Amino acid sequence: MVDLKNVFKSFGSRQIIEDVSLKIKKGTITSFIGPNGAGKSTLISMISRLIAKDDGDITIDGKDVFKTKNNELAKKISILKQSNTINLKLTVRELVSFGRFPYSQGKLKKEDWEKVDEAIAYLELEEIQDKFLDQLSGGQRQRAHIAMTVAQDTEYILLDEPLNNLDMRHASQIMKTLRRLVDEMGKTIVIVIHDINFASCYSDHIVALKDGKIVKQGRACDVIDRCVLKEIYDMDIDIREIDSQRICFYY
Amino acid sequence: MKIRYLIILLFVFSLLSVFVGVSNVSPLDLFSLTETQKQVLLVSRVPRLISIIIAGMSMSIVGLIMQQLSRNRFVSPTTAGTLDSARLGILVSMMVFTTATPLQKMLVSFIFALLGTLLFMQILDRVKFKDAIFIPLIGLMLGNIISSISTFFAYQNDLIQNMSSWMQGDFSMIMSGNYELMLVSVPLLLIAYFYANKFTIAGMGEDFSRSLGLNYRQIVNIGLIISALVTASVVLSVGVIPFLGLIIPNIVAIYQGDHLKNTLVHTALLGAVFVLFCDVIGRLIIYPYEIPISLTVGVIGSGIFIYLLLRRKKYGL
Repeated sequence: MVDLKNVFKSFGSRQIIEDVSLKIKKGTITSFIGPNGAGKSTLISMISRLIAKDDGDITIDGKDVFKTKNNELAKKISILKQSNTINLKLTVRELVSFGRFPYSQGKLKKEDWEKVDEAIAYLELEEIQDKFLDQLSGGQRQRAHIAMTVAQDTEYILLDEPLNNLDMRHASQIMKTLRRLVDEMGKTIVIVIHDINFASCYSDHIVALKDGKIVKQGRACDVIDRCVLKEIYDMDIDIREIDSQRICFYY
Repeated sequence: MKIRYLIILLFVFSLLSVFVGVSNVSPLDLFSLTETQKQVLLVSRVPRLISIIIAGMSMSIVGLIMQQLSRNRFVSPTTAGTLDSARLGILVSMMVFTTATPLQKMLVSFIFALLGTLLFMQILDRVKFKDAIFIPLIGLMLGNIISSISTFFAYQNDLIQNMSSWMQGDFSMIMSGNYELMLVSVPLLLIAYFYANKFTIAGMGEDFSRSLGLNYRQIVNIGLIISALVTASVVLSVGVIPFLGLIIPNIVAIYQGDHLKNTLVHTALLGAVFVLFCDVIGRLIIYPYEIPISLTVGVIGSGIFIYLLLRRKKYGL
């Protein structure tokens, strides 16, 4: 379980995160939603110790993330930030093999390569595994990055806007994959996401943030609610139930 | 390109390099060497060959490491102020300790090269506009500023002529006894090989590295220390060889990708072959005189560099 207690963070005089407390249960998908500048990415970066906190406690399975050894934590939690920034010419397979770094320190053994193969197969990347990343479409590249985190074999996977720049088909493909990771492999996934309908349809829990504070958190169906969405987005959003999924009309 | 072709090329050019020169030594004489021929081989030709191979390999690999760590394809000792700082270091060591041994010179030069490169990395961190071409231009400017400081002090101390010998890479002065310092590079390159995976991960950024449990700062520092040490030892023994660290890694990246594990050996071999080739040309073109290596590498290298720049979209650089 990921446990945040009274976490604060400011950059200069700007308060980014103010007194956030939340618990993320194992074996669920939790989505962070909210307008730009709500502090979603900062929060997810703090959970994965990429950004230091100012105050409060962040623990994973009872261990303080800022006091745990870096390499040990890398076997427990992985984070994928927006992935289109890598400009190295690597093949898909090479990228995925980096996921084994925490275990192998770069010298991959047979078991490591087996995990790499499994991850590639899981994300259905076999056919393009020897292609360079820059020859791939955005959706394929995103899948390659997710395959890397699968190879890293951590219980917790954090993804910062995994659907950015993806078309509908690739976006829903990624979300289905994440769902499978949770349902079949028992992973715990936290994502920052802008499309509230994807959040509504695929997540177990939703945390709605605004101005660095939690407006509401709970089961997806409780947060996707007219009043809550009005408060965070300042928009009147019509919500309909279709096939027992809550769909928002905000167009 | 297969690795065995590179090895064959390296072998062929090595032979050429040993048997081309003013004193006549032909491969047929190998088994019946006169005393003079033996001397020529042992004192001049073989040391020259070794120093060319080491310089070619190490400067190319340093370029490769610097490109990965700075995440920019056009960063190299030439375009990050490393070479100019190393030269300033040699000058300072000559001014401060009048009778500096080569080792002392190298250490001072190493410290300056490291500081210069760190300064460049600091600037890189602060610059918001991270255009691929803009960054090396900043590095060139920094290098020129450092270089003008060197010139100023050299002028004040009547060391201009001394300085220019570090400015121009030249293998003609290499003899047994004055190139051995370059051998420092060999263990450093081996270390680089063992860190290959880590450099590649570091090349994907700080967040990426930390997520995989890699100590990013430590790896970057190791990379920069290796780069500065190697550069200092090469500049001190041979002088500045421009463009090498820039073009060789980029040519290899075109056909081999960016995973250091796959590119290090190719880069080292191609670097050695390229410098050998340029050296043989430099020795033949106005035979029996010779053109310094920095000139031949500079001319051929800048041509290749312009070609790479123009075609970079096509090669995905």
